[in-house]
Amino acid sequence: MSIFHELAKKPWLINPAEVEGVPPPAAFFVPVGKVGLRVFLVVVTVVFTLMLIAYGDRMLFSTWRPMPEPWLLWLNTALLITSSLAMQWAKSSAKQGNSDGMRDGLLWGGVLTIAFLAGQLYVWQQLVDLGYYATSGTANAFFYLLTAIHGLHMMGGLVAWGRSVFKMWRGGAVADLRLSVELCTTYWHYLLLVWLVLFAMLLFS
Amino acid sequence: MSNGVFDDVQVIPPAEVDDVELYHAHSFITKYVFSQDAKIIAIQYSATAITIGLVGLVLSWLMRLQLGFPDTFSFISPDQYYQFVTMHGMIMVIYLLTALFLGGFGNYLIPLMVGARDMVFPYLNMLSYWIYLLAVLILTASFFVPGGASGAGWTLYPPQAILPGTPGVEWGIILMLVSLVLFIIGFTMGGLNYVVTVLQARTRGMTLMRLPLTVWGIFVATILALLAFPALFVGGVMMLLDRVIGTSFFMPEIIQAGELLGTDSGSPLLFQHLFWFFGHPEVYIVALPAFGIVSDVISTHARKNIFGYRMMVWAIVGIGGLSFIVWAHHMYVSGMNPYFGFFFATTTLIIAVPTALKVYNWVLTLWKGNIHMTIPMLFCVAFILTFLNGGLTGLFLGNVVVAVPLSDTMFVVAHFHMVMGVAPILVIFAAIYHWFPKMSGRMLHEGWGQFHFWVTFLGSYLIYFPMHYLGFVGVPRRYYEIGETSFVPPSAATLNEFITIMVLIVGFAQVVFIINILVSIFKGKESGPNPWNATTLEWQTETTPPSHGNFGDELPVVYRWAYAYSVPGVDADFVPQNMHPDDVKGSGSADDPSGHH
Repeated sequence: MSIFHELAKKPWLINPAEVEGVPPPAAFFVPVGKVGLRVFLVVVTVVFTLMLIAYGDRMLFSTWRPMPEPWLLWLNTALLITSSLAMQWAKSSAKQGNSDGMRDGLLWGGVLTIAFLAGQLYVWQQLVDLGYYATSGTANAFFYLLTAIHGLHMMGGLVAWGRSVFKMWRGGAVADLRLSVELCTTYWHYLLLVWLVLFAMLLFS
Repeated sequence: MSNGVFDDVQVIPPAEVDDVELYHAHSFITKYVFSQDAKIIAIQYSATAITIGLVGLVLSWLMRLQLGFPDTFSFISPDQYYQFVTMHGMIMVIYLLTALFLGGFGNYLIPLMVGARDMVFPYLNMLSYWIYLLAVLILTASFFVPGGASGAGWTLYPPQAILPGTPGVEWGIILMLVSLVLFIIGFTMGGLNYVVTVLQARTRGMTLMRLPLTVWGIFVATILALLAFPALFVGGVMMLLDRVIGTSFFMPEIIQAGELLGTDSGSPLLFQHLFWFFGHPEVYIVALPAFGIVSDVISTHARKNIFGYRMMVWAIVGIGGLSFIVWAHHMYVSGMNPYFGFFFATTTLIIAVPTALKVYNWVLTLWKGNIHMTIPMLFCVAFILTFLNGGLTGLFLGNVVVAVPLSDTMFVVAHFHMVMGVAPILVIFAAIYHWFPKMSGRMLHEGWGQFHFWVTFLGSYLIYFPMHYLGFVGVPRRYYEIGETSFVPPSAATLNEFITIMVLIVGFAQVVFIINILVSIFKGKESGPNPWNATTLEWQTETTPPSHGNFGDELPVVYRWAYAYSVPGVDADFVPQNMHPDDVKGSGSADDPSGHH
């Protein structure tokens, strides 16, 4: 059922099939949490896209002074990729009903994410020590802004992750946790993708 | 032919749909204060928005007093005047109109109209309101901090917004930006609810094309808001950093009193693009719910189906899409590339097409209708006129050659007040008179309503119509006083006095309206469940006002669209959406307005 087909319907005409058999099944078989998360990710995408457009716009200025990329960023990227993989492991374990796998995946995913955030803070510290302040150049300011907003989203994810871990720790059944683990995994993959794009932009500047 | 069209159709047994588990409140606090019921949240949103809107109204009186009678009021200094302008604009556009249409009417009407028990994420919905309240309180607090509220103009253009010399640069601008960022976070929580509820929580039979246009308007406006507010969010956060820690996102190199400030080649134009990428869709975030509400109220009070339902839906979607590619028509004089002006003038004229189409459809809905000149209907007719008026001056201003001389004159002020001030407010009044009986179980007082309508409608025209002429002769906007200006005739001052007096009279009518609401809640005439004989689901609830969960034990099943008014061959002049075809009395069919099969 395409959206165009739906929008072309003439509601004032008789359509007996729609009297009892509707709404379209799709409306009930996707959990609301999933739809909600997808809509939210669209909003987050707009936020990051606008910041990247602003960033790209400023890069063209003649006064643009790029900043160095500490090698630690590569390590952080690796940490984030691994945490995403761990979440994927948790998700597929949850699907198979394997509670041990889910637990390990979830815990590793969280720990690696916390390590990533600590790594990012350390990169900030390094840059500040080298004299790259947010106020001393637009490239620096954008670097801090983009990493901070990404980090804040990551921390928001950790709140949802914490809720799942708490439920698991209280002895929640795998079936009850499956949806939250799945949503966390989607969010992690998404933020990994955002980070890869940000990182690529930073490298190219 | 019998009245049941479905005689020869085998009725498909109802699909089993799991009922949602409702949140149950146990105490007064969780029921009425930290409530997760969309209807209570709607009333909280509305009350807060109207309260802060009254502050905005008083600010407009103060501004008009200064403009009408310069050198009279010693308590209005130039700084304060700018603070009034800024706060009036921001309060009205965001904290009143956006919050009232989406947070207020969206929360109240979406679950009821789509046949849902509640919003899909009630906790998030509650959080949305409390963050909104916090944002309002922070904004209000900015009046009382050292230096007062921001006086940067509601568009908050940098660099002036955060440079010394602008009122409120100490604290006002910081609180304003923090408040905006919070508002957006709170709105996003509510917005997710509105969108997902419309998509996922419709009751059986409620297909997308059977949704009342009110829901369509709010739905598309919410999508616009979810996509547009991030631009203000990004701009706000970046400016906040510029102001607080001294970055230079928007701050160019500035020499002040012969000394170079520490700013570093930022781009003020970038902020304008971000601001208007939000700011123009914002016009439609306010207008689309108004369009939807007007369609439903007109159809109900003219006892006639809406003309061109499909076109109306497509126009709402089309306007929503186009609204994202017209933003730079606010920036013709900003110094951007002139070729952009050509593109944005063209898109601006194109967006007038679906909008005009809607106006035609409203008029054609009235054509040969059984028009009841109730208060909601009066406000709707007034809206059509006002929107047309404001829309036409929008076509003037959309053209670069006309906009350049007129921009920064009172003509622009008159234009946008007509099109996105008065017009949506008229719809809000229509909606309040229309749905108040459902919210309270009582009618608003008719006589006071008549007074309120005529004073507001005629008064608004007496305020804004002359203002266009002030703009033509070149009276600039944003000026504390113009004194003796060679090209402005003395009669402009007389006209300004007249406008100010009208503003105070219209303001008084709003006070009467508020009193009408407060009195009618307790003493109004009992309305019964469906005083307007309307078809949509909110009027078919078991109790009025609807109880928690909206629909009693069983959710309604929808059999037809929302506009089965005056169907040929049916005894009653309306057939509710959830009335089973077998229960429709008369020789014709409720589901074939053409009267033949």
